[in-house]
Amino acid sequence: MTPSIVPNFGSESTNRKLAIICSKGNLDMAYPGLILANAALGEGVETMLFFTFWGFDMITKSRMNDLQFSPAGNTAMHLPGHDMHIPQSMMPAPGMTAVATHMLKKQIADLDVPEVPDFLDQIVAAGGHLWACRMSADMNKLSMNDLRDDVEGIISASDFIEMTEGAQLLFI
Amino acid sequence: MPIIEIAGKPINVNEEGFLTVYDEWNEEIAKELAKQIEIPMTDEHWKIIKFLREDFKVQGETATSRRVQTVGGVPVKEQFALFPKKPAKKMAYIAGLPKPKGCV
Repeated sequence: MTPSIVPNFGSESTNRKLAIICSKGNLDMAYPGLILANAALGEGVETMLFFTFWGFDMITKSRMNDLQFSPAGNTAMHLPGHDMHIPQSMMPAPGMTAVATHMLKKQIADLDVPEVPDFLDQIVAAGGHLWACRMSADMNKLSMNDLRDDVEGIISASDFIEMTEGAQLLFI
Repeated sequence: MPIIEIAGKPINVNEEGFLTVYDEWNEEIAKELAKQIEIPMTDEHWKIIKFLREDFKVQGETATSRRVQTVGGVPVKEQFALFPKKPAKKMAYIAGLPKPKGCV
């Protein structure tokens, strides 16, 4: 018989940190950062998310429930389960964004993956930190009152860089 | 795959030490596994382990943290408090199940 084998769940002192910059507000581009943040937290990695430019919509109360997906300009968009494309010339047709958004939301829900606001709830519950970009707030004329209550602050790019010293960094 | 002795019994595990045979698990073994990764088992811990065991029997795969919250009724925050740092993997290990496959 082999001697005891115990999984290595990592020591307390690995200190691995991950910083994710979320710069996109399209529904499809909101998810990669959230999925990676959630995975990192589940592995015991300290995780910070910085929302900037279009990514600001993910944490803005009046917009976060209404992120959309447009197939326009996305040549990798197929009909679900097929290799077939819809011609790009048809993408700007009225209602196309609504239909595509509805389809994507359904596909995501079918995998039991939460909607963006719920997903951020889960990330914060798992110990993740949310920060908002100063310049984006100023451009959009938004203040802390307009953002999710769990956003820890509106900070400058240099504050964020300083705060994430030693972290691995992802720009999405 | 290795066979190791846990709580006085030969048990099949994978190369990381996760149990590979559902029916070889029992609560004595779970206590031993928990001790090895320094988790002090309380009623709250057992509630999750029992949910994982039952859910696996029906679903054929290990519940993710998300599912332990939405179906098992234990919030993610509490999972992190009970099984620090890597709740999903630690819960699966003690429950004698494979690591969860899902991304979320």
